[in-house]
Amino acid sequence: MSRAVEEAGGKTSVNPWENPAAEPFIRIENLRKTFDGFPAVDGVSLDIYQGELFAILGGSGCGKSTLLRLLAGFENPTAGKVVIDGVDMAGRPPYERPTNMMFQSYAVFPHYTVADNVAYGLKKEGLGKAEVKDRVAELLELVQLQDFARRKPRQLSGGQQQRVALARALAKRPKVLLLDEPLAALDRNLRERTQFELMNIQDRLGITFIVVTHDQEEAMTLATRIAVMDAGRFVQVGTPTEIYEYPNSRFVADFFGAINLFEGRADASDPSRIICAETGVVIHADPLAGQTLPDVLFVAVRPEKIRLSREAPAGEGVTVMHGTVEDLAYYGNHSLYRVRTDQGKLVQVSSQNTHRSAELALEWNEPIHLSWPRDCSVVLTE
Amino acid sequence: MMGRGPSVALQRPERLWRRTVAGVPYLWLLVFFLAPFAIVLRISFADPLIGQPPFTPLYDEAQGIQLTADNYRFLTEDDLYWVSYLKSMRIAAVATLLCLLIGYPMAYGIARARAVWRNVLLLLVILPFWTSFLLRVYAWMGMLSGQGVVNKALLALGLVDQPVQILYTDLAVYLGIVYTYLPFMILPLYATLERLDGELLDAAADLGGRPRQAFLDITLPLSAPGVVAGSMLVFIPALGEFVIPSLLGGLDTLMIGRTLYDEFFVNRDWPLASAVASVLVLILVLPIVVFQRFSQLDREAAR
Repeated sequence: MSRAVEEAGGKTSVNPWENPAAEPFIRIENLRKTFDGFPAVDGVSLDIYQGELFAILGGSGCGKSTLLRLLAGFENPTAGKVVIDGVDMAGRPPYERPTNMMFQSYAVFPHYTVADNVAYGLKKEGLGKAEVKDRVAELLELVQLQDFARRKPRQLSGGQQQRVALARALAKRPKVLLLDEPLAALDRNLRERTQFELMNIQDRLGITFIVVTHDQEEAMTLATRIAVMDAGRFVQVGTPTEIYEYPNSRFVADFFGAINLFEGRADASDPSRIICAETGVVIHADPLAGQTLPDVLFVAVRPEKIRLSREAPAGEGVTVMHGTVEDLAYYGNHSLYRVRTDQGKLVQVSSQNTHRSAELALEWNEPIHLSWPRDCSVVLTE
Repeated sequence: MMGRGPSVALQRPERLWRRTVAGVPYLWLLVFFLAPFAIVLRISFADPLIGQPPFTPLYDEAQGIQLTADNYRFLTEDDLYWVSYLKSMRIAAVATLLCLLIGYPMAYGIARARAVWRNVLLLLVILPFWTSFLLRVYAWMGMLSGQGVVNKALLALGLVDQPVQILYTDLAVYLGIVYTYLPFMILPLYATLERLDGELLDAAADLGGRPRQAFLDITLPLSAPGVVAGSMLVFIPALGEFVIPSLLGGLDTLMIGRTLYDEFFVNRDWPLASAVASVLVLILVLPIVVFQRFSQLDREAAR
C-alpha cells in the first residue's frame, strides 16, 4: 500500500516499512524449522523496524510460537537466518541475545521473591548491588508492584504474576521484547487494561515488541503491523487496517472477524462486474490493478459495510440484493441481522444503533434490500 | 422431604465406610507397631533372667513394680554401643550421600529423556526388585569374593597382582547399601525433576543464565523436596540395616543392627537388646520428624 506515503507527502514521519531507505532492525530471512521432517516454520522472511509493536497472528499449530522461540534462541533454525540490529544471531544461545521474552505461562521463578525475579537478569549481567536495587525499584514502579517486592509469586494473582514477568523481561533493557500470548490468561477487564499498559510501556521505552497471539482483536488493537501465519508461512503482512479492509485471501478475511463471501466469476467484458454464482446478482467491485482473475473467485464484504433498506436503493456501482430477515440480535451499541436472500444465500449485516430508536425497526421475516457500494467489495482470488 | 430423605439415609453408612477405610491402617499400625514397641520398651526396663521369658516380670507379688534403667546406663558405659550407633550413622550418611551423587544425575537424565525412553529407564531402575533382596546380596558375596568376577577383572587388567580383600570390609557394605537403596533415591528425585517446568529454565537462559548457572539457580533448589525425600528413604533403612553388614561386612563393621542381633540371639540379653532398639527408634524418629516438616513446607509451598 502506498496510500500512507502519499498522505504523508513531504513529511519525514513516514512509517518505516513504507520507506525503502529505512534500515530494518530485525531481519528474518527464509527462516525454516522442521521437527522430525515436519516444517513448523516454513520459509519465513520479514523485516521489523525499531520501535514497532509487531504481532504474529495465527491459530494453534501455525508455527507462531516456534518462530518466537527461534528469535529468542531456544530453537536453532534448520535453515535461514535472523539478524538483530545488524548482528547475525546464528549459533547464539538465548543468554547471548539482545532479546528477552515474556512467557505465556509467565515462568516466574516460584522460589524467588518478586524483587529477586526481576533482579535475576541484572545479577547475571554482573551489575553492582546498588544498581540492581535501583533498577528493580524502578521496574516494580513501572508495573505498579512496588508494594509486592518481598512477596513470593504464589501470593500474587495471575495478573500480578504477569506484571512480574513483564518487569523481569524488561529489566535488562532488551533491544527486542518477545511476548507469547501476553493477554491470553487474563479476564476481560484486565485484558483491556493490560493491553493499554503494554502499549504505554512500549511507547515510553521505545523497545521493539514482537507479540505472538491467536486473538485477532488483540493483534489489531496492539500492533503497528500484523503478520498472519498459517501452516508455517506468512499469509499476509500489513497494518491492522490493511489486513481488515484488504485481506488478500479467504483465510485472512475469515480469520479477522465476520465476513460474507460470495463465490462468482468476472464478466468477460467488464472485470468490475462479478456475477455471483449463488445468487446470480451482479456484484460491483474493483479488482486490484494487476490482479489476474481466475474462473472462480470470491467477493468478500464485511457485515458493517452492508446497508439495509426497505426501498430499493439505486446508484452507480451499488450492489443490491433482496431477501428476508431471518434472525436479528440486539447488542446495544449495534445490531446483527442475518438476511436470507431470495436465492437462499445467508448474509450477515451489522449496523450501528446511532439513534435510540432505530430508523429501521426491523422485524423477523420482513422483506428487505441489501446494498453496498463498489469499494466495499474485496475481490479474493485465493 | 422426598428429595432429602435418601441422601440423609445414605450419609450414615457412607461416613461409617470412610471411618473404616481411614481407621484400618491406623489399627494395623496400632496392633503391629505401637503394641510391639510398647512391649520392647517395657522389656528394656527389666532385668535379664535365665528362664522363660528371659527377663523379670513387670509386677512381682514380693517386690511390687520392677523397673530399672540399668540397661540404658549400660549403653552409655560400654563403648561398643556408641561405636555401633556412630558407625551406623556414618555408614548410613555416607551411603545416602553416595546415593544422592549417583542418583541425581540418573534421575535428571531420565527426566530429560524422550517420553518413550522414560518408562523403559524407570523400569530398569525398578528391575532389581524383581529378584529377592537376599539373593542379590548373596550375588554380591560371590562377585566380591577372592575368586569373584571383581577380583578376576582386576587381575586380568593387571591392576593388582593378587586378589584384594573386598568382601567383609566396609567397602563391601557401602557397595551393598548404595546398590540396594539407589532406586529409593532415584524415584522421588525423578518425580520432582520431571514435574519441573521447562519454561523456568528457558526463562533463566533468556535472562542470561548459562546452563550451569540455571541448574544451580533453578533446578537444584526446586528439586530440594526430592532430595530430602530420597535421602530419608535411604538413610532411615540404611541406619538399621542388618542383612548387608552381616553378610558383606567384616567383624569390625559394627552396625547397630548387628549389635542388636547379637544381644538378642547370642547373648540372649533381651532387656539390653530392647534398650538398644528403643534408642535406635529414637534416632530414627528424629529424621522422620524433620522429613515430615519438610514435606509439610513443600505442600504449603505448592498451595
